[in-house]
Amino acid sequence: MDIVSPATAPPGPGRRSPDLPLPPFDRLVAEHGAVVLKVCRAVCGPVEADDAWSETFLAALAAYPGLRPGSDVRGWLITIAHRKAIDQHRRAARNPRPVAELPELPAAGALPGDERRQDAADLWAAVATLPFKQRAAVAYHHLAGLPYALVGELIGSSEAAARRSAADGVAALRAHYRGGPR
Amino acid sequence: MTVPDPLTTLLPDPPTSDVDRLLARLGRTAEARELADVGHRTVDSPVGTLLLAATARGLVTVAYAVQDHEAVLARLATRISPRVLPAGHRLDAAARELEEYFAGRRRSFDLAVDLQLARGFRHTVLGHLRGIGYGRTTSYAGLAAASGSPAAVRAVGTACATNPLPIVIPCHRVVRSDGSMGRYVGGANAKATLLALETHEENP
Repeated sequence: MDIVSPATAPPGPGRRSPDLPLPPFDRLVAEHGAVVLKVCRAVCGPVEADDAWSETFLAALAAYPGLRPGSDVRGWLITIAHRKAIDQHRRAARNPRPVAELPELPAAGALPGDERRQDAADLWAAVATLPFKQRAAVAYHHLAGLPYALVGELIGSSEAAARRSAADGVAALRAHYRGGPR
Repeated sequence: MTVPDPLTTLLPDPPTSDVDRLLARLGRTAEARELADVGHRTVDSPVGTLLLAATARGLVTVAYAVQDHEAVLARLATRISPRVLPAGHRLDAAARELEEYFAGRRRSFDLAVDLQLARGFRHTVLGHLRGIGYGRTTSYAGLAAASGSPAAVRAVGTACATNPLPIVIPCHRVVRSDGSMGRYVGGANAKATLLALETHEENP
């Protein structure tokens, strides 16, 4: 059921892959780290997001030397993140705990003005209220830019159903959304 | 793709500092789990910012800014492993010893080194380079003779120019037979700075 590890991924460190001119792994983090974190925050909640992000990139690191050149790296990372989110979701379902408080929002400068920061806080809170599939569909399509066909594969729906989940999620967010720019 | 307004305007990318913090943590965890085949960090020095990289075996690269640190890391990814991450603590000792060296408090390096990037004759030359003591110099011809190939002066020059561990393996102590400095991977100014540092005795 592991759909993320390339078959050729070596299990240990130190394997040379002279045929694969892969960039240094930290360049992947520089390029995709922010989007993956955004997706983790939306899907896992802001408290669990850091751990989900770390587990995602550790798993990606382990499999990285076997990644085929020209692969869709963002899709690959989001696929791994999804598996980590599912694991976390199952763990949370087994051990329910009170909804944690939202973490501090980005410091001044990241968002112009307190009003928009408040709006963002409202929107993150609203994202947390969505059913898992809707949250995932919104995050994978609208935050990460994955096509609905891949979103559907990830959440176990048809392409059309994935599109519907995302649309329902966005509609719910719009309903929650108060004030701010239109 | 239709982008709904509230999502894009109000769920901005997390600040870079958040990702940097997670990346540093990833480097530490990966090192502990032996998944970071190449760890790296930089140190500031009188000869500019130096990039240090290490495998689990030891220090594998020291690179000057003029060598383009991004390009150096890309080559390490190709030649050693693409599992390249910021180091956890793997390079703490190297950074400390370099700091001591530049402060005039260290005359030789006591570090595990990984010489996998230098093969054959170049590897041999590096071994002889390590025998040139602090504050001393030798000529390319002298080093060629010491390496057992007196005619291989050019090859010795190439071995010095491609030394993966400048400063730590002291190729700056090799000068021309006429006494002029000769070229250096970190530039002539860096070579002059190192040689001057090593001949000043006021910092015991």
